[in-house]
Amino acid sequence: MKLNGAEILIDCLQKEEVEYVFGYPGGAVLHIYDALEAQNKISHILVRHEQGAAHGADGYARSNGKPGVVLVTSGPGITNAVTGIATAHMDSIPMVVISGQVPSPLIGMDAFQEVDATGITRSCVKHNFLIRDISEIASTVKKAFHIATTGRPGPVVIDIPKDITIAKMEVEEYPATIEMRSYKPTIKASDRQIKKAAEMLANSKRPILYAGGGCIIGNASKELREFTRMVGFPITQTLMGLGTYPMTDKQSLGMLGMHGTYEANMAMHGSDCVVAIGSRFDDRITGNLEKFCPTAKFIHIDIDPSQISKNVVADIPIVGQTKQVLQALIDQMKDKKLEDISSWWSQIEEWRKVDSLAYKKSPGVIKPQTVIEMLYEVTKGKAIVTSDVGQHQMWAAQYYLFDEPRQWINSGGLGTMGFGLPAAMGAKLAMPDKDVACVTGDGSIQMMLQELSTMLQYSTPVKIINLNNGYLGMVRQWQEFFYEKRYAMSYMDALPDFVKLAESYGHMGIRVEKEEDLKPALIEAFNQKERTVFLDIVTDPSENVFPMIPAGGGHSDMLLAGRDEMVSKDETDFNAV
Amino acid sequence: MRHIISVILENEAGALSRVAGLFTQRGFNIESLTVAITNDPSLSRMTIVSSGSDRVLEQIVKQLNKLIEVVKVSDLTSQDHVERELLLAKISSSSKEGANIKELVEIFGCKVVDVTDKVYTIEVSGKTKKINAFLDAFDPSSIIEISRTGVTGISRGKKLI
Repeated sequence: MKLNGAEILIDCLQKEEVEYVFGYPGGAVLHIYDALEAQNKISHILVRHEQGAAHGADGYARSNGKPGVVLVTSGPGITNAVTGIATAHMDSIPMVVISGQVPSPLIGMDAFQEVDATGITRSCVKHNFLIRDISEIASTVKKAFHIATTGRPGPVVIDIPKDITIAKMEVEEYPATIEMRSYKPTIKASDRQIKKAAEMLANSKRPILYAGGGCIIGNASKELREFTRMVGFPITQTLMGLGTYPMTDKQSLGMLGMHGTYEANMAMHGSDCVVAIGSRFDDRITGNLEKFCPTAKFIHIDIDPSQISKNVVADIPIVGQTKQVLQALIDQMKDKKLEDISSWWSQIEEWRKVDSLAYKKSPGVIKPQTVIEMLYEVTKGKAIVTSDVGQHQMWAAQYYLFDEPRQWINSGGLGTMGFGLPAAMGAKLAMPDKDVACVTGDGSIQMMLQELSTMLQYSTPVKIINLNNGYLGMVRQWQEFFYEKRYAMSYMDALPDFVKLAESYGHMGIRVEKEEDLKPALIEAFNQKERTVFLDIVTDPSENVFPMIPAGGGHSDMLLAGRDEMVSKDETDFNAV
Repeated sequence: MRHIISVILENEAGALSRVAGLFTQRGFNIESLTVAITNDPSLSRMTIVSSGSDRVLEQIVKQLNKLIEVVKVSDLTSQDHVERELLLAKISSSSKEGANIKELVEIFGCKVVDVTDKVYTIEVSGKTKKINAFLDAFDPSSIIEISRTGVTGISRGKKLI
């Protein structure tokens, strides 16, 4: 049977068991849309902006672990998607993006809606392809899904010229597997390294586990929990790792890093053995590298060898899947006698008493932290929470105690404002039985507002928790601390009426100005099972995120709420980013 | 320290720009880069001369390995290897050095590959140091134009990359 390129492409997506394609049509992909319309196995979500398509597919992928699929047209279609692709790339999210391209003979002729899609996306994808012949479609799609989902996952772009989607050929069997001589990610770690690590761990007196997004992406939470409980070590999680170990557990020290808890950062600072598991020593984690973990040896577990010894030199590097490595460590350490670490725990308990997430309530204003605490209470800690980027993101990370992996969805690496709403839509499509909340701010929400329209069309009821303080809060906070309160462009003078706005999109809007109205509003919102509800919550405009390690500081240089001085003051370099 | 990195990669469109892009994106230094197909026409071999600390070099090798089209990466500097560079230089025949060009060609063991009434074109191959020494033997005003290939290299003996 002869099929055209578009039909072959859709057939390949079906074979990959794609449920949803997030996309937007245009000239170069019309044949593909025609083929998509002729079938009913794959549902298409028509977004209102291509960035929303990429974030939607991303939210889908983060919440259920399957690759997200995006379909956009050439030119502005793909350039609009770039921010979403880069977001997925920074956080290692499996995604396949299909972009239309102008017909092959027109490539390089500055044709209408032509951009060099593979050139533009090269540095923000795991890999990309430009299809040159119809016979390459099936093998390219197979490779794209294989690359996107294995090793350290990431987005893969397939650029396909329009003429190839209408050319015809005899269909070949879709390959069941693919071998690539140039791409063979390491899965199983070396036994020798595991043994060395087990030895070091057994002899450490002040160990700490530092778990990142790699534990979630690698589906290693079960092994991580078993291992952590078995060895009885304290564990801290990165912004990307929250939920991989239950944050309500007594061994959990909460998040570390720039806005991490006092106990997590102090424990890192005082540790003699840091075990990084699927985490990459990002600058938001380490602060000033010269002051980072001055007395620690490092065991670094990661599937991507290039992450090891990039920022921090590993004493014992272990390249492999987090799941497999943790299981190997469990087996290796089962019968090992460990050092007594009770004095380390007593020290950590002392740090815990500082209660670094305590905040003062003041009458007449709603504290943003209270909103998150109440959201946690109303949803019983079970909701999927997506966020945008800024202060609200940090508060959500600090005060919503995530107990499960894939429950917390945010743009950690790229820090993309506008991510939260489309990601929530994608998460709701992937997990229709779960409550999904999008914690956002008045700045971020306006970057992807148009997706409210998509959410009505496809009935993806999400609860939008807008912490409305009238400021770009994180920018304002930095200006307060480091720019002598010169608030350049961090105040938004003409905010829309978010309630009316939500209503005009066919959703429900509730404005909350008093703390006593907060809980009833949240309950009402979550009772509306079938509707998207926009909660516009007026919060304290002057609230700051604490603890905070100022740029250039080390883990022991934290600013705490209500305390004017740093806990320990070192010379800091505020010129750092 | 200077390193010669040998890369075997799929002979596909775009592979070169991926490598070049990686170096600019991550701020790695490139002194020279040469690329051509190998005896297996589906593979290309690239030789990159770069410099940096051991940590930077480790990252360069790891990041190159991470590129999907790269099959193998090897730092030739750390092993027994042969390296060569080719120079084509146009020397003015009326200059002082031009007058005794034959002598210089003999000393450096190179070849005159083309002669016109005013210009000698010389081909020199060897290590970068030799090429530099050859060029240093001339007064800059007598050198009309040069073209260098950059370094290519291969490991010695039976060992493959």
